[in-house]
Amino acid sequence: MTTSTIDPTARKVPPLGGMNLTVLRIELMRMLRNRRTIIFTLVLPAALMLSFGGQAGWDDPVGSGNVGAYILLSMALYGAALTAAAGGSMVALERALGWSRQLRLTPLHPVAYIMMKTFVALVMGALAIGAVNLIGILQGKAEMPEHIWIAGAALGLVCTLTFAALGVFVGYVVPGENAMQILGPGLALLSFLGGLFIPLSQYAHAVRLIAYWTPMYGVAEVVRSPLTHELPWYAVVNAVGWFALFVAGAAWRMSKDTARV
Amino acid sequence: MTSATTVPAVRLSGVTKDFGNVHAVRGVDLELQQGEIVAFLGPNGAGKTTTIDMVLGLSRPSTGEVSVLGLEPRQAIARGLVSAVMQTGGLLKDLTVRETVEYTASLFANTRPVDDVLDRAGIAGIAGRRVAKCSGGEQQRLRFAMALLSDPALLLLDEPTTGMDVEGRRAFWSAIRADAESGRTVLFATHYLEEADQYADRIVLISHGRIVADGTGSQIRALASGRTVRVTLPGADERVTDAIASLGGVDRVEVRGDTVLVHAKDSDTVARYLLTETDARDLEITAKGLEEAFLSLTGDAAHEEED
Repeated sequence: MTTSTIDPTARKVPPLGGMNLTVLRIELMRMLRNRRTIIFTLVLPAALMLSFGGQAGWDDPVGSGNVGAYILLSMALYGAALTAAAGGSMVALERALGWSRQLRLTPLHPVAYIMMKTFVALVMGALAIGAVNLIGILQGKAEMPEHIWIAGAALGLVCTLTFAALGVFVGYVVPGENAMQILGPGLALLSFLGGLFIPLSQYAHAVRLIAYWTPMYGVAEVVRSPLTHELPWYAVVNAVGWFALFVAGAAWRMSKDTARV
Repeated sequence: MTSATTVPAVRLSGVTKDFGNVHAVRGVDLELQQGEIVAFLGPNGAGKTTTIDMVLGLSRPSTGEVSVLGLEPRQAIARGLVSAVMQTGGLLKDLTVRETVEYTASLFANTRPVDDVLDRAGIAGIAGRRVAKCSGGEQQRLRFAMALLSDPALLLLDEPTTGMDVEGRRAFWSAIRADAESGRTVLFATHYLEEADQYADRIVLISHGRIVADGTGSQIRALASGRTVRVTLPGADERVTDAIASLGGVDRVEVRGDTVLVHAKDSDTVARYLLTETDARDLEITAKGLEEAFLSLTGDAAHEEED
């Protein structure tokens, strides 16, 4: 009956666990087509930069620059964090749609998938940081040496990974498209507490003591450290600790989630 | 080339799968040859889905071994040897039809050209449409296009023709049959008995995590409840019925006036005996319906477990 059979040894496994440029292109296109993402990535941080960047005392000196530069670094981090969290929460959404299961029926390796999503989150984070920086330059108020400008942007990009992991984590805990409704206000609150919108020195002592423990505090200090030349050890512990915690949480939820969809 | 010398498309040996205290699969041995069309039949919660997940490498058996074309399931997937079409989900709504196929194609080492695949699936005309805007039928075609991209040796289908009309169903199965002739093995899960009987070369019936029957549609029917041999035999007394009952494979003998009903697994022996050794006439052999066979083999409908 069987006239031909398929020789399994003739088939090849794709290189790099299936990662390729076509997939990266389509994934980026998806992000750029998404109106909500564009608002979070480009419009909102840029608008915040415009309104906060020109507040009274913008030209007061801070470290090797001015308050304008301090605000610019903070707003860039906020925009990148929001974008990365939005991207991260899409992982859970894709899971809910059965897309992740579909991908598991292809040669795409789970590690390659995570790498790809990380790359996309970084590109989107870079766009957010770029948008804020562009507005900052056009506004002409932020002032700091060029290398600090670059170092701040680069650190901001690295710190977005924390929030990409947070996005994945929250995306799993809060199923469906509601994740962003929690992440949006949640990140705004954390940004207030972490001193992104208002410097911590303006807070009451008790509030400050709480703020030191919140996830935005550490990364904010890290990102601004090239400008301020100040980096308390507990800020570094905070940044590393929350990163580890969110990655662990995301990994835990991902491995837990064996439900068929 | 004969199928005896080639590697089986699927081999499960002593496979069990537990989820905590729930024994979803309780020891399955199964071998599918290349080019077979096999129906995987069973009520909800019988262990169909769990078994298919293990063949797809989505979960590992608690004990026992699963191999696909002689490879570990994940290895077979990485080589594009296995595809599956699920009934729902598995699509990104914000991609276009073409992007979805391109995306999937780019993940494999070798695929058929995207345009060809779109064309063959009859979705070339809607290639630029967002998946969210596609009808259920168009989405199902897209799922098939994605599954056939890598020219898989094994295709797993979950309730493949749900929602198709009669015409669509017929066209679908003739396409599947053509593929099977070129060596593709098709395993489809269904709880439509008729569909299993009509289109599969072989039916594997699973219930409570065990394979309870494995054979062609008519074999399954016969297995379940045997056949009923009905004859007109006036004056059948106890001596006659005892003689019939002592034949191999006879379950029960009923006398209703001049009519004798013999329920037997081996209806041929009974028929031969009745026609040659007695005065029986008007002999009729009826098999029970597949529906009844199914119910009697899978235990009882009231016994359904949850997945």
